Amino acid sequence: MSAFLDNLLNGLALGSVYALIALGFVTIFKASGVLNFAHGSLLLLGGYLVAVLHDDLGFAGALAVAVLVTAAVAGALDRLLLQPVGGGDPHAAHVQTIVTIGIDIVLVTDLARRIGGDLLPLGDPWGDAVTDLGPVTVADSRVAAILVSGLAIGGAFALFRFTSWGLSLRAAAEDSEAAALMGVRLTRVRTAAWCLAGGLAALAAVFLVAFPAPGLERTTGQIALKAFPAAILGGMASPVGALVGSMLIGLTEAFVAGYQSDLHVLGEGFGDVAPYAVMVLVLLVRPAGLFAAKGAARV
Amino acid sequence: MSDRLSRLLGRGGLLLPLLLLCALPFYLDAFWLRIGLFSMAAAIGAIGLGLLSGSAGQLSLGHAFFLAVGAYGYVWLAGEPGPGLPPSLAALLAVLLAGAAGGLFSPVAGRVKGIYLGVATLALVFLGHHVLLTADSVTGGFNGRSVPPLELGGFTFAESDPELTLLGVPFGAEERLWYLGLVLFSVTWFTARGLLRGRPGRALVALRDSETAASVMGVHVARYRSAAFVVSSMYAGLAGVLLALSFRRVVPDYFSLALSVDYLAMIVIGGLGSVAGATAGAVFVTALPLLMTRYADQLPLVATPGSGGGSIGPTEASRYLYGAAIVVILLYAPDGLHGLARRTRARLRRRPPAAGPPPPSSPTTTAHPARAKEHTP
Repeated sequence: MSAFLDNLLNGLALGSVYALIALGFVTIFKASGVLNFAHGSLLLLGGYLVAVLHDDLGFAGALAVAVLVTAAVAGALDRLLLQPVGGGDPHAAHVQTIVTIGIDIVLVTDLARRIGGDLLPLGDPWGDAVTDLGPVTVADSRVAAILVSGLAIGGAFALFRFTSWGLSLRAAAEDSEAAALMGVRLTRVRTAAWCLAGGLAALAAVFLVAFPAPGLERTTGQIALKAFPAAILGGMASPVGALVGSMLIGLTEAFVAGYQSDLHVLGEGFGDVAPYAVMVLVLLVRPAGLFAAKGAARV
Repeated sequence: MSDRLSRLLGRGGLLLPLLLLCALPFYLDAFWLRIGLFSMAAAIGAIGLGLLSGSAGQLSLGHAFFLAVGAYGYVWLAGEPGPGLPPSLAALLAVLLAGAAGGLFSPVAGRVKGIYLGVATLALVFLGHHVLLTADSVTGGFNGRSVPPLELGGFTFAESDPELTLLGVPFGAEERLWYLGLVLFSVTWFTARGLLRGRPGRALVALRDSETAASVMGVHVARYRSAAFVVSSMYAGLAGVLLALSFRRVVPDYFSLALSVDYLAMIVIGGLGSVAGATAGAVFVTALPLLMTRYADQLPLVATPGSGGGSIGPTEASRYLYGAAIVVILLYAPDGLHGLARRTRARLRRRPPAAGPPPPSSPTTTAHPARAKEHTP
């Protein structure tokens, strides 16, 4: 029973971190139609900044700087490299998606070169402390991940729901032409969306590499790719779907890893790839994701 | 008359490079031949991916998986442990196996479109890598397996058996594989062109430009999408076999996401939807890191491999270069090297009057008219 609770908590913590990343994907996708393949490298950038700065600025200061810088970098990438591509082409978003792959190659190469073969500690205040919660013992970092992610996600949802930017974003996602005619500045809305996503990614980096993970390494960015299945499961354009998808992915991964000894048929380390298996299964049944609105093509 | 002449010249335009490529093994050493071999293998894979992404508008990041199916399929079918089939039969079956793998994925590939497919195929790479690592008995696990040499009617594509010296040049593995690669590459080139210029190619392009319009015109959407996926996987399988033969050992870590991204880079740099472009892109992306490693000591800013200390090694330098190349090409010349070449040729043929102002030479200004028409996934 306690093993079950352990896995459940692990899954929830993992899921909430994935949710931070997936929410970023979805925000970017809603605002610009671009699938951001550079998200992993933005996350790595955020983590790297915290790792480098925490000695001088303290953890909180480093985290704040990392979130702001990553947000600024994401916004700048969108403004300078993505928006000029494609022009009025209806497939512009697809071209921009491929541009993000190019950006990702450059950023990951550079960060991996700086990180090298090291494991960088982030200096987070939780360390390897654990708390006893009734029958189970959880790492403080897990609890922090759930709490902070919950707050950040709640904040992001409030932004979507209550601010004029959120309204513009939803309007632009619904029908960008009509929104533009109504006076929504599409370029600003989408740059702001990129900034938000960048900030969330930097935040996610901290929890992704916190205990019991060993620390920031060059492949950390690749873990962020697991949020892709989460976002796709949810149907890409739905923030709520992204949340549900993330929890599903996080729980799957934790349970598969937790019961690995019973699942040895699938091979060692199947937990790491289980999210992708879940995604393929779901796409077989519902090609547009779990929460996608039914789209009708108008001729 | 002039028509026939121009057609002859057009054929000569292909024949001449082919003859040149046939002559190269007599002049180049093994290093350059290996570059050529890897480039040809990559070009076969890139042409396949180009069919899918450039023409059918389907983004695929799963190409590494199908390369792996081809490579490992050949190794397992031809080797011990495994059925130990004759290598030529094993190579053929490996290609079919890759096609079958693509076919198995087609329930997803036929219905999921565009960039969604890109993410769905990510799953293939990670799941495939996992299988390669864990299915020890077939794949040899982390350390991989050595590749049995190809054998065709008593002729082995390896260092010896039979010993062969032509015109004073000893024919080792590289020279022999070079010709094998050349044949496979030519087959790929012509079949892909035939496909693209015929009915399937037109159907795929129609599908890319507007799914609704295409289906109204009688194109079976899901069937063509899955077919494009299967054909592209078979090309990838063939590339995988050739890569395995050139590497002589296959390891799981080679077939990672980075490899898929490499192939995507090839077709983007070369120009989407073009066979020649995919080839040019493949040569660029494949040869760049190898050349940089070889000439690292003569290049500014690039350190020799292993000098450490956060310096930029040749592999990193080439990744910087081609990552940046993707961004720059899509920003300024969205139809890639192929489009650049075509526009340059068109401008040369127009021959502007000598007194007039020189034609704009920056790619930024020339890219605009093409950009409006360009459809990329």
